[in-house]
Amino acid sequence: MSASGSPATSGPSGIPHLDVDPFAMNFFADPYPTHELLREAGPVVYLDKWNVYGVARYAEVHAVLNDPATFCSSRGVGLSDFKKETPWRPPSLILEADPPAHTRTRAVLSKVLSPTVMKQVRDRFTAAADERVDMLLEQRSFDAISDLAEAYPLSIFPDALGLKPEGREHLIPYASVVFNAFGPPNQLRQDAIERSAPHQAYVTEQCQRENLAPGGFGACIHARVDEGEITAAEAPLLVRSLLSAGLDTTVNGIGAAVYCLARFPDQWQRLRGDLTLARNAFEEAVRFESPVQTFFRTTTREVELSGATIGEGEKVLMFLAAANRDPRRWDKPDSYDITRRTSGHVGFGSGIHMCVGQLVARLEGEVMLTALARRVARIEITGEPNRRFNNTLRGLDSLPVTITPA
Amino acid sequence: MPAINFMHPDGKSDRIETSDSESAMQAATRHGLDGILAECGGNAMCATCHVYVDEDWLGRLPAIGDDEDALLDGTAAERLPNSRLSCQIVITPDLDGLVLRLPERQV
Ligand code: HEM
Ligand code: FES
Repeated sequence: MSASGSPATSGPSGIPHLDVDPFAMNFFADPYPTHELLREAGPVVYLDKWNVYGVARYAEVHAVLNDPATFCSSRGVGLSDFKKETPWRPPSLILEADPPAHTRTRAVLSKVLSPTVMKQVRDRFTAAADERVDMLLEQRSFDAISDLAEAYPLSIFPDALGLKPEGREHLIPYASVVFNAFGPPNQLRQDAIERSAPHQAYVTEQCQRENLAPGGFGACIHARVDEGEITAAEAPLLVRSLLSAGLDTTVNGIGAAVYCLARFPDQWQRLRGDLTLARNAFEEAVRFESPVQTFFRTTTREVELSGATIGEGEKVLMFLAAANRDPRRWDKPDSYDITRRTSGHVGFGSGIHMCVGQLVARLEGEVMLTALARRVARIEITGEPNRRFNNTLRGLDSLPVTITPA
Repeated sequence: MPAINFMHPDGKSDRIETSDSESAMQAATRHGLDGILAECGGNAMCATCHVYVDEDWLGRLPAIGDDEDALLDGTAAERLPNSRLSCQIVITPDLDGLVLRLPERQV
């Protein structure tokens, strides 16, 4: 039944039951063998540990993402079913919503983060990336996570949102709670929610109109109230979506890209030879590492998926990271290739909920990798990287490196 | 199956066979065509699948949707009256021979 000879028993429905916990520490340490096991066991599997269905092949992950009427988000995109349990915070008006409600809020954020807006912030993001690389070149040896992957987005994104300078230290811890909370009720989730009160208080306060500087993404969301597109009560919650999903994700995305380029020096040299590859080098890192590893959906009816019957009200776990390395879809899936045609990867999701901040993420990634590749000849890893553990996000806690100027 | 033509900025052209009701973008990426990036994979969210439609064909395409219209304002190369997103052009038999010109840049 299974490729790697690990326990997979077939239930009465013919769906393989697997005894793996994709939210356990030993899984996070090396998820790839389990991803393979999940993919090879069948198109749809059942995870006894959490009583959920799982999809890990590209075709099924893509199909679930693109059928929001059957696989809904309004019952939560974590393990918790909002129909049965009270959510830990008021639900998101976009991520945890279905059409037609989603269509309206999505249109607002799409406008606020449109390609036209990206053209306006590009110069600022580029200048900040160059400045950051100047500083790093002076340091030579540093932690590529705190001094680069975190420091760079922190130097631009809160300002782009229009946040006050005070209290920004709550941003990454808040996001960490949000992404841990999508997971099952394990230690990571319990601890995160227990410590969340001060971060939640900060975020709730900053989402108010009077706390957001004019011209920023936050103020632009509130301005849509005046156009009648959303209500005054909805605007703060939509600002909250950007605070939740807009910072820690790019920290892990940029961290992933630097980690890839440091591990694969041939790809680094290729990038140095052609700076126009920077944007795709970032995109390929999002495919290869999948900073956002998983999301859930809930079935709205009984449905047949690739021969498996799933009842109504069931949670389905989508392994985005496993789909992004499915050999059925990708040639040499386990190699990081900055010239790969990455179009179609599901690192940003797919369908109506596909990341509304993808243009922000790509812009940050592109300008940072361009700035690095222009000025740095070599990136060497000088110590053991440490992993940061989160139920949804994959990334490092520290990555000691030394860079050599070009 | 209908075939469509992509004209590159340098004057070269590529004739591409499409398969069952795919978009012009999907046909292009499936054949590894340079000049169409399609970063969002066809979800009408990135504007990196921009094309200029040959004037003779313009009237035969389905109307521009609101999402597409808004995104076209943000294309990297100039938006012209015949600008479209190729992920929103589904190739039907009556579009056999369609001519699409590629912009200088997508990002
Ligand atoms: C590398 C960085 C990022 C990654 C990997 C990422 C990943 C994702 C994924 C996988 C989804 C789909 C969720 C689903 O289908 O349920 C998503 C949605 C979303 N992302 Fe991102 N994201 C990133 C950056 C950002 C940024 C920079 C922002 C804000 C500026 C953002 C805001 C959002 C929002 C609001 C949604 C919900 C969209 C909806 O439900 O319609 N993300 N993201
Ligand atoms: S592929 Fe992204 S808009 Fe067409």
